[in-house]
Amino acid sequence: MDRPNRFVRQFALTRGRVTSERDLALDTLVQTTTTGIDSLARLAPHQRVIVDLARLPMAIAEISAHLGLHLGIARVLVSDLAGDGFLAVSDQTLSSDGPDLPTLERLLDDLQAF
Amino acid sequence: MTSRLSERPGSGEPGITTRSLKIVIAGGFASGKTTFVESISEITPLTTEAPMTSLSVGVDDTGDVRTKTHTTVALDFGRITFNTSMLYLFGTPGQDRFWFMWDELVRGAVGAVVMVDTRRLADCFPALDFFDTHKVPYAIALNKFNGDLVHSVSAVREALDIDPDTPVVAIDARQRDDVKGALIAVVRHAISRRKAAAT
Repeated sequence: MDRPNRFVRQFALTRGRVTSERDLALDTLVQTTTTGIDSLARLAPHQRVIVDLARLPMAIAEISAHLGLHLGIARVLVSDLAGDGFLAVSDQTLSSDGPDLPTLERLLDDLQAF
Repeated sequence: MTSRLSERPGSGEPGITTRSLKIVIAGGFASGKTTFVESISEITPLTTEAPMTSLSVGVDDTGDVRTKTHTTVALDFGRITFNTSMLYLFGTPGQDRFWFMWDELVRGAVGAVVMVDTRRLADCFPALDFFDTHKVPYAIALNKFNGDLVHSVSAVREALDIDPDTPVVAIDARQRDDVKGALIAVVRHAISRRKAAAT
């Protein structure tokens, strides 16, 4: 039963908060900013690992998985780091209809060439 | 549609130049979802643990209220990186009681692949119902276990009572090219849906 305890401890990182300022989807992309890299040394350990990890763009779900962070915790931490300018968050709009036609056609080309 | 940077004004940071896309991989228990993702993902498939929200408490069948706040849903996913996009493949959680998670999974998705074990056709019915209701374009992938299909593609098509334009492909989920073909089928289907809606 160490898993529940692990997550309870993780909530301490967000000071108990479970909702983030931003609406971050599972697949919202995040990337470290130059400000983030320049500030690595003075970040708290749990912030540093995220900023260090996201040097290449990656989805929130990946940050959660790589660091063993509960998705809800990852969302709150990423939202905070973005608010401080250490991370950039993609503002790609999530239409419930899915991507537009040019995006789909590009994806088809990419997959066929893959 | 290109992503732009969402950041404090005046910071002079470059933006995120790629965008994320996702395809949901659904199907019954042991239908081959994980194998499907493993066969094509450029990363070893990862697992993220999502919270079980209060919405789902009422339908959790464990009957033990004290465990509720600790319950999590494991989501497996993989990734393919292209020049201008990153395609994520998210497997659906196996248990039906995690339907609330499917809402988030399909929001903004390109579409879905429904993995079907032809020996247990009925296992995929809940997924088909969900995608039909939510108007998510999907392709059906009949997984050939040991290289065989128990029922033919046409028999399955009839049994599932699906739209005539819904793609049905027979694949071996262990074969990268088969998996790629299933993904192409769903993207093509999403494109024709989109074109039909525009006319």
